[in-house]
Amino acid sequence: EIHEPEEVSVWFREGSSCCQETLARNQRFTETPVNMPGADKETDLSERIESFLSELKRCGSGAGSLRGSAETARETTALLRRITAQARWGNAGELMEIIRKEGRRMTAAQPSETTVGNMIRRVLKIIREEYARSRGSSEETDQQESLHKLLTSGGSSEDNFRQHFTHLKANVIEAINELLTELEGTTDNISMQALEHIHSNEVIMTIGRSRTVEAFLKDAARKRKFHVIVAECAPFCQGHEMATSLCKEDIETTVIPDAAIFAVMSRVNKVIIGTQTVLANGGLRAVNGTHTLALAAKHHSTPLIVCAPMFKLSPQFPNEEDTFHKFVSPHEVLPFTEGEILSKVNAHCPVFDYVPPELITLFISNIGGNAPSYIYRLMSELYHPEDHEL
Amino acid sequence: RLPEHVQVDDPAALKKLAKKLERQQVPLRSDYGYKVSLFSHLHQYSRKSPPTLQISIPATVIHPSIVRLGLQYSQGIIAGSNARSVALLHTFKQVIQDYSTPPNEELSRDLVNKLSPYISFLSQCRPLSASMGNAIKYIKKEISNIPSQCKEEEAKGKLQACIDSYINEKIILASEAISKYAIEKISDGDVILVYVWIHSERKFRVIVVDSRPRLEGREALRRLVKKGIRCTYVLISALSYILPEVSKVFLGAHALLANGYVMSRVGTSQIALVAKAYNVPVLVCCETYKFCERVQTDSFVSNELDDPDDLIVTRNGKSHLENWQTVKSLGLLNLVYDVTPPDFVDLVITDLGMIPCTSVPVVLRVKNVDQ
Repeated sequence: EIHEPEEVSVWFREGSSCCQETLARNQRFTETPVNMPGADKETDLSERIESFLSELKRCGSGAGSLRGSAETARETTALLRRITAQARWGNAGELMEIIRKEGRRMTAAQPSETTVGNMIRRVLKIIREEYARSRGSSEETDQQESLHKLLTSGGSSEDNFRQHFTHLKANVIEAINELLTELEGTTDNISMQALEHIHSNEVIMTIGRSRTVEAFLKDAARKRKFHVIVAECAPFCQGHEMATSLCKEDIETTVIPDAAIFAVMSRVNKVIIGTQTVLANGGLRAVNGTHTLALAAKHHSTPLIVCAPMFKLSPQFPNEEDTFHKFVSPHEVLPFTEGEILSKVNAHCPVFDYVPPELITLFISNIGGNAPSYIYRLMSELYHPEDHEL
Repeated sequence: RLPEHVQVDDPAALKKLAKKLERQQVPLRSDYGYKVSLFSHLHQYSRKSPPTLQISIPATVIHPSIVRLGLQYSQGIIAGSNARSVALLHTFKQVIQDYSTPPNEELSRDLVNKLSPYISFLSQCRPLSASMGNAIKYIKKEISNIPSQCKEEEAKGKLQACIDSYINEKIILASEAISKYAIEKISDGDVILVYVWIHSERKFRVIVVDSRPRLEGREALRRLVKKGIRCTYVLISALSYILPEVSKVFLGAHALLANGYVMSRVGTSQIALVAKAYNVPVLVCCETYKFCERVQTDSFVSNELDDPDDLIVTRNGKSHLENWQTVKSLGLLNLVYDVTPPDFVDLVITDLGMIPCTSVPVVLRVKNVDQ
């Protein structure tokens, strides 16, 4: 265990529980006192950013995500807080520039890990809000009536964030701490809604492994008895881990191969899945095989419920062909032992699937349940339109 | 009358079967592993405990080539309805060759009685497929039609010729006819998706879709590559990624049911579903001897459960499901077949021509009238 040094900066007090968790998990983030000479601060900061980037690059090429998206979101936010605290900036505009620059590097390191980009946009929105609050302009008029704002937007974006405010740094860091607390509680908030959606003797189907869905089902299982069918999701077969984990809580689980999804769908009451990203049109970028599952559910008129915390909501749209898909080594599909045919055959192993919003019935997130048609509104509350392009 | 292999949850039916097998001196095979409750009416056997363990050597009641055939079925060495039917017919030829009518018995009646324990044994090894059922019906009919004054050698020769012509007409020539029709449907530059093996040749690209745990697509892939056809290989979970490039989907069938449903390898209905969503034509290739009078609407009532241990996979040296038997409340389901509704299928290519799915009972009626 890490021995905490005595001088802990005031800015880390609120997020200290999260910090300790991160500390226990990776030794790199050792606690250091903040009152250090400027140059050391900068190199320390850039070191952390570099190690975070290399961590991102490494994780992406493995089987699925070796670290959950929640962890990535937390670490990104913690890093952004550190940048706010330690980097040199005079006004909000400069801070936003710095964050944007680092943000572009981070998203370039692992384009498929959208939570990084999402957190950066959240922090940028926080900065804008705090700046506006410090300036004294009221919050409400800025958020309301977005259509109206569009029409009259000529004047209001003259703001170039050049004014200096002494308390801006503290305010921004406090807001980021609030964001971190929110991030910590997302899985619990989602699982708390489980009993509203699952009744007794149901047959629920899921695919692959999602920590959110796992917590959701385990929470419901404490009070109700139901049956879960897990599609194993080749080639990484993460469904197997999910099944063994659910069995520990005494949930009746059955593992099926992906080919049997349509065959058993007629007996399924609900399909509950997790996702990697929620796109701006309400569609999903989820693990491969999810589109087939969604089509089968639609055919049998089975509701499809997606459990996704708000930090997975991304302002991307699905029609960017070259950035949507991610592939891993086809060795998973056709192993090198099949040597003689390997050179003459193209083998593909895509990681993600696009699921259009009309196949989805409900989104359950930490702020409650929503229809896919409402996602655009949630997005406008989370991110500022100018931040969609970092 | 309900076949035995879908009545496993009925203890009276099980007792009846056990008595019948005892009388025929055929060993009873026991189920293995935890069975998912939805499928408690089906058998689930393990490949590691073949039914031949309980037979004495040399087998007195069951012909040795039948024992060998049964073992090949249960271990999955012979798989696929065509291969199984052809192997069955060849083995029956051998049996007829070695058969000698006992005194005071008629060949036409005694041979049929001799075949019954063999058929029970084979269905213990692996439930009979629709095509095998049709082949057996045909043979039994031919045997009982042998006139009583026919000499034994002549009768045997006749039966062998019958079996040969059945194999030739219904299976070999039929698949050639199907290939000819199928080729008409393929244009140059097409991209074809196949789920099961099919013979053809023209300038096109083939995408082979495969699924765990059997991975039969790899064999198809090898054969296609040998013929020099450009191939792509994906797993069934990558279906939505690959389908936008596909112009036609060719599927094989295990049986065609009288209500137009197609019974085939598990995963076929999924492919047909997603192809429909992308508006890609789905063509099913099926010989007429696989048509059967049964009707079925879902994949549960009549299916086959394969060895559940096949689902266990080892990645990076560790496997999560290794001790699944010890974990209570965990079940592994390894289905073999599923049924595809006729609205997903655009065309069925048979040796009689290209027909829609709904014409199956017409063909059956015509066949019955012929016979």
